[in-house]
Amino acid sequence: MLTPPTRRFQLKLGELWSYRELLYFFTWRDIKIRYKQTLFGVAWAVIQPTMMMVVFTVVLGRMAKVDSGDLPYPVFVYAGLLPWTFFANAITNAGNSIVGSQQIITKIYFPRLAIPFAAVGACVVDFAVAFGMLLLLMFWYGVPIGWSILLTPLLLFVVTVAALGVGCLLSALNVAFRDFKYTIPFLVQIWLFATPSVYMVMGDGTAENKNPAQRNVVASDAAAEQADKAPSGMSSDRFDSRVILRLNPMTGIIEFFRAAILGGDLAWSRVLTSTSMVLIVFIVGIVYFRRVESTFADII
Amino acid sequence: MTTAIRVESLSKRFLINRSRPREEYTTLAQTLGEWLTLPFRQLRDGAALGGRTEEFVALDDVTFDVSAGEVVGIIGRNGAGKSTLLKILSEITTPTAGRVELYGRVGSLLEVGTGFHPELTGHENVYLNGSILGMSRSEIERQFDAIVDFAGVYEFLETPVKRYSSGMKVRLAFAVAAHLNPEILLIDEVLAVGDAEFQRKCLGKMSEVATSGRTVVFVSHDMTAVRNLCTRVLRFERGRLVHDDDPSIVINEYLKGIRTGSAFRDLTGPEVERTGSGEARIERIEVCTSLGETSTAVAMGEGLRIRAVIRSRAEVAAASVGIGIFDAMGTRVTGVNSEEAGGPAIRLRAGRQTIVECLLPEMNLMPGTYRINVNLHRATARDALDFVRHAIEFDVIESDVFGTGRAPNRNAVVFLHSRWEVRDASFDPMPGESRAAASAVNV
Repeated sequence: MLTPPTRRFQLKLGELWSYRELLYFFTWRDIKIRYKQTLFGVAWAVIQPTMMMVVFTVVLGRMAKVDSGDLPYPVFVYAGLLPWTFFANAITNAGNSIVGSQQIITKIYFPRLAIPFAAVGACVVDFAVAFGMLLLLMFWYGVPIGWSILLTPLLLFVVTVAALGVGCLLSALNVAFRDFKYTIPFLVQIWLFATPSVYMVMGDGTAENKNPAQRNVVASDAAAEQADKAPSGMSSDRFDSRVILRLNPMTGIIEFFRAAILGGDLAWSRVLTSTSMVLIVFIVGIVYFRRVESTFADII
Repeated sequence: MTTAIRVESLSKRFLINRSRPREEYTTLAQTLGEWLTLPFRQLRDGAALGGRTEEFVALDDVTFDVSAGEVVGIIGRNGAGKSTLLKILSEITTPTAGRVELYGRVGSLLEVGTGFHPELTGHENVYLNGSILGMSRSEIERQFDAIVDFAGVYEFLETPVKRYSSGMKVRLAFAVAAHLNPEILLIDEVLAVGDAEFQRKCLGKMSEVATSGRTVVFVSHDMTAVRNLCTRVLRFERGRLVHDDDPSIVINEYLKGIRTGSAFRDLTGPEVERTGSGEARIERIEVCTSLGETSTAVAMGEGLRIRAVIRSRAEVAAASVGIGIFDAMGTRVTGVNSEEAGGPAIRLRAGRQTIVECLLPEMNLMPGTYRINVNLHRATARDALDFVRHAIEFDVIESDVFGTGRAPNRNAVVFLHSRWEVRDASFDPMPGESRAAASAVNV
């Protein structure tokens, strides 16, 4: 029965489950076409983070001598970039996925969520491939592998949920406001610098005297500032940058990811805080998507 | 009989912006700008709230039932709400008011090849397209051979679809769709594709579907197909259901009614797709029958007059006008040009309006919707002063053009008059001699 859309908040993930074959086919299509007519094919999944690792190793590791603790900087940075690359690619692809599927959306019904979900799903495969490279690097640099590496799937799941939330939100916004097509690359770049994937947060403390509202307003500025300061050591001796870092749900997860794989303190409380933030992001993203999806075919 | 589809006071309204063409995307800055200036604009407009947006009613309080096994045709002019109805029935868009009940699995075919990906092979696309259309993987596996067989693309199964000819692509796409087995099938104009032989195959498949006891809702401009396939026809006009009866009754009335109505278009708006130097502009375009009645519809074989009103900013000593005619699929059918046809040179004076009229004495186009592009250019030069894409549409409607009560075969774009002779061969000289003799006579 079809009636006018109601304004209830709902996730309706069950419907997506009943369309899981379609979700599978979309994911499979996204993976298949990603590296069609490329020379290196799926090797790009490794090349991308590896090249970034090389760049950051030269710029930050060698020239700026960013502290990476006891770990060799390349391994340190690769372990941070791995979940980050996954997250960044996933939100970029998901964010553009609905607009890119305009043709299907105006011609046939299926749960629209399948599109951004599939875009994120396809990136999981890249992550898995690139993860193999991480193991090789660890072997090369002689970094011991601990039991906590078994937490990887769990963390991957949390990052996936985060990417789904952000990706769905961006994809839905992109339908109504094409501005987001241009905003997403900036967002990803700023977010990269606001995430300790290529550096580490030193001496953690919480900010006392900045009020929250102000923080939110200056978030992007501060992050850009952060980017400027990046070469000078990232020691975060000024409180404001650390506030941004802690507000960013990716911070706890990426730190935890690195610690779980390369060894280090497992900051459970922080990762749980981040996870709950991720859940909120996910729910906000999906609810917004659900609320506007019925208009997609009309305004896309 | 059991009900398959129940539609109750269904309405769909869109908000359209009067000052901005609808196709333009909204950007955040625009929206923010509007929010910021809204109070001032309201102040200026004397608080005429909602004055800026206009409601467009695509469907207006539509109610009907379809019983299981019925094949219902939906006809109406462009913008009558046919496609909107189909989009609501297939859940692509939601109604503004009213409700729809569907009893049974719904399959919709609003376009063939929805979701085909050019980089994937034919084999892969069958699976992808099948699952988008709502088939399960096991169903596709079971039907795979039949699909490939129907499409006749066996040798190219492992070739990316981007290397397919457009005919092959369409055949494969239709083959997948034809093997969809829903209880309720919604179809929009899909027959207007492929070559003649394949269209026949599709029509065959369609009537097979239609007689198999499935419920079919079929939107089309193709009156012959509707007449042949449907058991009942609904006619829509401006979003309302205006006629619901036997196919021949509804169709005949529709063809009578379609011949009146305004058939001009103002081309000064910003939504008009145009290129050219802009020294002169086509401001208005009008079509009418050769008898002078303004109408968007012309019967097969009848004449069509196309009138363009041009305003020039510069002096142009000699201009000419070209008119390209395109079918609904966007294929160029033919074109005419005043210069090539030996028509009078068109002199444009600065600041003055000029009317150029073109008469096509006999439309030997098959029924359907056609669009025209108009190109105003300097005589002997090709670069346009003004070129308007999709300036206006006109319909060619069925008529007994040969006076025999038989319409020409649908699978064509044009029809030709023909004369036939039959002789007894034994009274005729040898074929070779006959040709020589004939040419001798002609000379």
